[in-house]
Amino acid sequence: MMDAELIAMQLFSGIALGAILIMVALGLSIIFGMLGVVNFAHGALFMVGAYAGLWVASLTGSFWWGLLVAPLAVGIFGMAIEYLLIRPLYGRSVDDPLLLTFGLGYVLVEAVRIVFGSDGIPFQTPPQLAGVADLGIGFFPIYRLFVIAVVALLLLLLWLVLEKTKFGLIVRAGAQDPQIMRVLGVDISRVWLLVFGLGVGLTALGGVLAAPMRNVNPEMGSLVLAEAFVVTVIGGMGSLVGAIVAGLLVGVAISMTALFAPEMATIVMFALMALVLLVRPQGLFGKPGRA
Amino acid sequence: MKSRTGIPSASRRDVLAGFATGTAVIAMPWVARAQAETIRIGFPTPLTGPFAAEAKDQVKSAELAVKLVNDRGGVAGRKVELLVRDDKLNAGEAATRTLELIEKDKVHAIVGALSSAVQLAVNEVTRARGVIYVSISQSDTINEVKDFSRFTFHEALNPHMTTAAVAKQTFKPGTKVAYLVADYAYGHEMLRGFKRAQAALGAVSVGEILHPFGAADYSTFMPRLRSMRPDILCICNFGRDQANAIKQAVDFGMNRQAQIVVPVLLNNQRLAIGAEAFEGVIGGANYYWRLEETIPSAKAFNDAFKAANGGAYPTDYGAYGFTGVSALLLAMEKAGGPDTDKVIAALEALTYDVAKGPQHYRKCDHQSVQSVLVLKSKKKADMKNEADLFEILAIEPGSEAALRSCTELGFPA
Repeated sequence: MMDAELIAMQLFSGIALGAILIMVALGLSIIFGMLGVVNFAHGALFMVGAYAGLWVASLTGSFWWGLLVAPLAVGIFGMAIEYLLIRPLYGRSVDDPLLLTFGLGYVLVEAVRIVFGSDGIPFQTPPQLAGVADLGIGFFPIYRLFVIAVVALLLLLLWLVLEKTKFGLIVRAGAQDPQIMRVLGVDISRVWLLVFGLGVGLTALGGVLAAPMRNVNPEMGSLVLAEAFVVTVIGGMGSLVGAIVAGLLVGVAISMTALFAPEMATIVMFALMALVLLVRPQGLFGKPGRA
Repeated sequence: MKSRTGIPSASRRDVLAGFATGTAVIAMPWVARAQAETIRIGFPTPLTGPFAAEAKDQVKSAELAVKLVNDRGGVAGRKVELLVRDDKLNAGEAATRTLELIEKDKVHAIVGALSSAVQLAVNEVTRARGVIYVSISQSDTINEVKDFSRFTFHEALNPHMTTAAVAKQTFKPGTKVAYLVADYAYGHEMLRGFKRAQAALGAVSVGEILHPFGAADYSTFMPRLRSMRPDILCICNFGRDQANAIKQAVDFGMNRQAQIVVPVLLNNQRLAIGAEAFEGVIGGANYYWRLEETIPSAKAFNDAFKAANGGAYPTDYGAYGFTGVSALLLAMEKAGGPDTDKVIAALEALTYDVAKGPQHYRKCDHQSVQSVLVLKSKKKADMKNEADLFEILAIEPGSEAALRSCTELGFPA
């Protein structure tokens, strides 16, 4: 029954799903890694990104403007959240920003329900990316291939910024020891503002990219929050490499489970997380003692 | 009345009159109640959660049914009141709210629920308390002798009749069918119905995939579904699961290889996803507004609904709220009031046509015998207006022969 072509195709679907999971988890992982803030509004901001993309796209008549403008706008909104709400909580226990963002998530979902209604709104795949491509082993939606390319490009850019620029150096140093950075005369609070904005912007970009695949509705972020946490915990909280490896691992695990025991396809990622936590509590690429 | 300073103030006489009325209401509640003993109908439905859109339509239509009766002077001269409660799509919550409606609000009957598991929880409470319950959620279980009681009426279609009608229009001898099924009661019951129809019609199953309830991504199921090479892809799930599964199947080009069929083609999900993804999808329904072209009661229902809701058309799940409440109130009118035993007798004897042609409750299991519509989702270019979503492929007339027999359900012959 199971021929090699089907298994190859299933493996590819898993990697493609992994790319989407990485995209979903990236913002959460960066914010925790640099700021130590567990952002429970992550799912809601993902959803806000999708709605912002939808709104811009409907104003301009183009998906591409939505893809460009929405993450920037929501990123700036993220900076406002950091400046006004989270900043006063630095230096207090980690639970405080966690509780704050948890509540903020509910506020955002309810606000979107009031403005856009609770029914969900159609979001068409951009016509240039509609249709399926023949991969030789099977057919795959062109739009999903596009998402994989965007995620790969994004990861490359992030790596270059973090590893090769002065800003990246400051960010990494700030994550290690903010006190020393202050002594050296670096305005660390400005770095945190930018990092939080970046993380939220990436989350919003994930929302816009997911919209043509998963439909837009106020509750679309709730499952995403769970997925992002699983990927981040497996990879190691705050590790970029960890998020990539864990995203692909979870994607392939889901895909292979879908082939042999499809009704278990959602549960398998939680099982994987439990296993990793038992064997390596800090996650695959996490530093011990951080989380 | 204004004083010289411009500040509104009440005169001494006004204040005294107000006090007098207030005191009368507080001191003599029995007088107020005796004059206007309203008939109260409890209505639990999932106003929050993934089926909220369908639930809100149910409420709007149920309110319309009550309003129409009150405009005509009520039931046996008494006003009717609808008490809507949010069951949060949770069986425990629904049972608590139902108990509250019965014990605290003293309702005379319950209509409502949208999910099959929640409906069974409501039914547990109502039958224990001896209160009439008209269920408007699709379910096969509630017809079976184990869950039945003489207080239980089922206004919604059941999966058996829905799948039989849809299969009749789409399955042919030798048709290869692949199933993608939500892994919970609703999906299982729909699958069972389709497979029974499939056997009768000579179609064959090429595979069944159960997916987790509430999944957001269906991409990993697609390669296997494609490799089954089906003529029909039958997607048995509800609400946003249906929307996401259809959208992603179309993204993967499954609609070019196979006809996509669903047990129930949901009005609100079609609206939420758009014409492109749903184009050509075939599924069943209890109601579609274009029935008005052939059925006068549908025209009357549509017109009344539009007048009450700013020109909006009623939906499939909304219509359940209307037909369910209307049938109950008609029976109460015939029974001369809300006396439970008399209303049960009246419901059993009732033939009603309030929105979709003649309906009646079968004696043994109280299932509403009614027509099943088979619809096909229209191409955007073919839509005459925003509400013109579907084409009616067939109207399967209501008949007891379309139901599982009373003996099969476990009732004495």
